[in-house]
Amino acid sequence: MQDAQTVEKLRSAPVVLTVEHLTKVFDNKTKAVDDVSFTIREGEILGLLGPNGAGKSTTIKMLTTVLKPTSGKAEIGGYDVLKHPTEVRRIVGVVPQEYTADEDMTGKGNVILCADLYGISRNVSEPRALQLLKLVELENAADKKVSTYSGGMRRRLELACGLINRPRLLFLDEPTLGLDVQTRSAVWDYIRTLKVQYGMTLLMTTHYLEEAGALCDTVAIMDNGRIVKVGTPDELKEGLGGDIIEIGVRETNADISGIISSVALVKSVKSMSGYYRIKAESGEEATPAIIEALRNKGYHVTRVSLTKPSMDEVYLEYTGRKLRDAETDAEEVRKQRFTMMRARR
Amino acid sequence: MSEDSRKSGSPATAGGNGPVVPARATPLEGGFSTVHVEESDKLNKSVLHGLWALTWREIRKAYQTPILVFMTLIQPVIWLGLFGKAFNLGSVFTGGSFNIPGLNIPKSVLDQLSVTMMQSTFGTSDYFSFLAVGMLTFVLVFTCMFSGMSIVWDRRFGFLEKVLGTPVSRGAIVMGKVLSSVVKSFIQAAIVLVIAVLLGMSVTDLTPQGILGTFAALFLLAMGLSSLFVMLALRSTDWQQQMAIMNLLNLPLLFASNALFPTHLMPGWLQDVAKVNPISYGVDVGRQLLLGSPGFNSLGFDFLYLAGFAVLFSAVGIVLSWRLLSK
Repeated sequence: MQDAQTVEKLRSAPVVLTVEHLTKVFDNKTKAVDDVSFTIREGEILGLLGPNGAGKSTTIKMLTTVLKPTSGKAEIGGYDVLKHPTEVRRIVGVVPQEYTADEDMTGKGNVILCADLYGISRNVSEPRALQLLKLVELENAADKKVSTYSGGMRRRLELACGLINRPRLLFLDEPTLGLDVQTRSAVWDYIRTLKVQYGMTLLMTTHYLEEAGALCDTVAIMDNGRIVKVGTPDELKEGLGGDIIEIGVRETNADISGIISSVALVKSVKSMSGYYRIKAESGEEATPAIIEALRNKGYHVTRVSLTKPSMDEVYLEYTGRKLRDAETDAEEVRKQRFTMMRARR
Repeated sequence: MSEDSRKSGSPATAGGNGPVVPARATPLEGGFSTVHVEESDKLNKSVLHGLWALTWREIRKAYQTPILVFMTLIQPVIWLGLFGKAFNLGSVFTGGSFNIPGLNIPKSVLDQLSVTMMQSTFGTSDYFSFLAVGMLTFVLVFTCMFSGMSIVWDRRFGFLEKVLGTPVSRGAIVMGKVLSSVVKSFIQAAIVLVIAVLLGMSVTDLTPQGILGTFAALFLLAMGLSSLFVMLALRSTDWQQQMAIMNLLNLPLLFASNALFPTHLMPGWLQDVAKVNPISYGVDVGRQLLLGSPGFNSLGFDFLYLAGFAVLFSAVGIVLSWRLLSK
């Protein structure tokens, strides 16, 4: 979804959100968010990508004024989150990670309650609630109690609630946590609809790599409370130093790395056991060139594979591979487990 | 209406009732944001708007399940019907059950003795009526306790998180809980009063003004009590802890008051506690207005004390909500 024109348009769009040196230190001295800065322009989808406990949710909670930052500054639509929290709440929409709908009320009742909390009068909110429920394809379940909804339906209802005030910036915290593959792709479709048809500006967090790659204009990789890398998905992938080609020849004893590295696009060659691992700028062009070069020297190529770097590689490059079970706090884990449990109903 | 006509000013959105999904030619221009700016000045920013929405939600939820309403009434009815009826102190003296051999005390004297004893101890001729007024506050205390519980549930189920993300005033979140539990306890108390009358509560002194006055006192009492319990629950995510607090507080609150027994029969230290306990003041108003008993305070002082209690605790509740609801 990244054509050059869109990217160009985004770069000149007005800024909706500015975050400067935002930091949150909790009572127990853990730095959940550490000197984070970024901006979001109108119509942009920015994804905060990172493992559990990286500080994504804490960042969102500070921007939606649920948590107070320890230091730093954030402005949404010109309003400072610390000085004008009510104005900020008025112009943003939030779809939290948890399921927040009231189970004892109907889907429509929940959306209208949200509207009431924003001070939207009933003659506006009634038709708007119906429109939004239609948008997320819940119009047939609108008058059923939320306790009868499936996980996917609940998530869609949350989306409708988050849109009720026509926000200038919508926050989506782990929008597909715990959902099955079909429902997840349906939620992606709604997010795309929001972007394409409404020009909605979005900040979403996720720890699903393909989600960030598929939906976001800009991805900010977060780890240990810091933003370690920002860029478009393509930029991030290119930043890894190119595609990976693996090649093997019948003449296993010969050293062919000299021949390979003489090919123009090749950046590095590494001899593995039985094959060679090559990093090249443009894999599609480099691969035939390498095969050609080898053939000219009389070698017989037996296997070739070409891997374009995915978000997986990008992610691991910047966050490392170690497990980080110990770093999330108990409350966060409990909430996440609770959300997943409810999603699977 | 003007809302809709304004909206149609942007070319892609056709009419008021049309779908909100217009096919936009230029996706990045306009969109939600322009519509929002136009509408923002039309919003109802009053605190009462959000407060009412939150209060109404609670009330509607409570009466969606009549079985629960019924269940909360079982306890006071058992107290009234079993304890109140069985604990028939007056009959200890009357009807020849009390006689000393050799002394031929006439029955009329014994009956008179009984009435005098009851009057001087309970301020009314039968214990049942005395207890019935106490039960009005009993059911009130129980209903108010659940207001704290419901904020814990809201936090746990994420609803609180959502509300905190909306511009609704933090004070309104707390007061919505308080007001809804005031309304609920009103309804409960009214039902208990009707049941008590049906079971034989003395109605000789019952007047509309008396009932109105009693409920005014109950309003203040419920306001203060629910604020107290909501306050205790503001930071809690653990409903078991909340249950423990409720269990810890409910019986002491009731026993250390004049709801079940007259205070002047109590040991001195307990009398002191009962004198501070706002429940005593609510009951005192009720006994004076519904049964015509002599109170231990003047009505004016009772009301003043209850009003102070209600104002103080709801004010503290609102202030704490600003500080505690967001970390």
